[in-house]
Amino acid sequence: MKPRVIPRLDIKGSNVVKGIHMEGLRIVGEPRELARKYYEQGADELIAMDIVASLYGRSPDFDLMRSIANELFIPLTMGGGIQSLHDINNFLRAGADKVAINTFAVRRPELLAEAVRQFGSQCIVLSVEAKRDGADSWEAYVDGGREHSGKDAIAWIKQALELGVGEILLTSVDFDGTRKGFDMELLAAVASFCPVPVVIHGGAKDSASLAQAIIEGKADAVCAASILHYDEWTIGDLKKELEDTGIPVRVSDRNGGGHPSSANL
Amino acid sequence: MKIVVVDYGVGNIHSAIKGLKRFTDNVVLSEDPAEIRAASALVLPGQGAFKTGMEGLRVRGLLEEVKQAAAAGKPILGICLGAQLLLAKGFEFGEHEGLGLLPGKVAHFPALQDGAKIPHMGWNAIEEPTPGKWKGTALEGLRSGAEMYFVHSYILQPTDPAHVLATTLYGGLRFPSVIGKGNMIGCQFHPEKSGEGGLRIIRNFVELI
Repeated sequence: MKPRVIPRLDIKGSNVVKGIHMEGLRIVGEPRELARKYYEQGADELIAMDIVASLYGRSPDFDLMRSIANELFIPLTMGGGIQSLHDINNFLRAGADKVAINTFAVRRPELLAEAVRQFGSQCIVLSVEAKRDGADSWEAYVDGGREHSGKDAIAWIKQALELGVGEILLTSVDFDGTRKGFDMELLAAVASFCPVPVVIHGGAKDSASLAQAIIEGKADAVCAASILHYDEWTIGDLKKELEDTGIPVRVSDRNGGGHPSSANL
Repeated sequence: MKIVVVDYGVGNIHSAIKGLKRFTDNVVLSEDPAEIRAASALVLPGQGAFKTGMEGLRVRGLLEEVKQAAAAGKPILGICLGAQLLLAKGFEFGEHEGLGLLPGKVAHFPALQDGAKIPHMGWNAIEEPTPGKWKGTALEGLRSGAEMYFVHSYILQPTDPAHVLATTLYGGLRFPSVIGKGNMIGCQFHPEKSGEGGLRIIRNFVELI
């Protein structure tokens, strides 16, 4: 499959926020407006996460999530504070196609197996917030990159794959928001064994950094936030430059490239 | 005009309604046989297993309603599982009878090349089998090669090649990704998740009613 370019909205309250190393969150825009903008720019998918739901132990704002979904006609991954199958169902009803689970799966891995049984692998994404703790090792963090879990990120991903998750959303806490390129060592460590798609997130800098993650890092999808929120890049420009370097991307021209004027309507 | 999105107890039906509502307000979700009988067009959405889908239609008394709508020439759009149900037989968890509106069957992907994974999940191109095939159908105006969003492990296998409206290549296998005949069309992918190209199909369908 062609590599996907995926914008990510981190949501706190009614705003899209962005920090550095998942801290120092600043408001960057309105969720529906940004979702619409990235859809029109040709996003292949969109990720929307309520990043404080688990930290504050509260449910995400499903009405807000639904309002985002209503703007878009592409696949959506949503998450934040998912504790139960009931929460997953609420996200799906709000318009999500996939849900991303981190904190409560770390606390109770069986949640992943139950979710896969109920909704299918294709619906369940493991979100991993990895922070380097050694030369070749990373610890999985929880609660929006704030708290230690004590789990080795690589071992945790392997365990979650056994439980049936269909995709890995791999965030580098160290690189998040830095705009210095992805953590290629983390990506390589995961892509080397992972049989399901890996979405790399944290550090997107420019089209070259995306190309590196796709070609060298074998990422199935690249996720970007800061460079899009601060209008340094549009998704269209990123994809165009990827295509120019020989990486096939989805062409998202209107009407699938057809010519409406020639249609007999 | 009234489009009824048939609620037969399977997942992923709301996004289909959202897509239709972009182009018309005359859309309702219903599992009521009388309402479905009165519809001017039907949409069969859905995600899930073939048997569950057929069972969902049967227990609601909708099998005959959908068949009669097809016999009367009413426009029908099947999406994903809804497209699979249009065929005569399904082979997911045993052999099951489908709606049989088109001869053919639904079978699991065979072994694929190049390490292609199943489910087939993501964006892939749909191609026009012969030039002009899309004229007058809901695919009219699309570019052959337009990309759509797929999530499936089973494939449409109509018996009559004339019923193949589009094909898609995956893991070395070219399979039918859109099937249809007359006013009936079934898309293996999700047009409501396929960006502006997918919306074009939905708009065409609405405008053909």
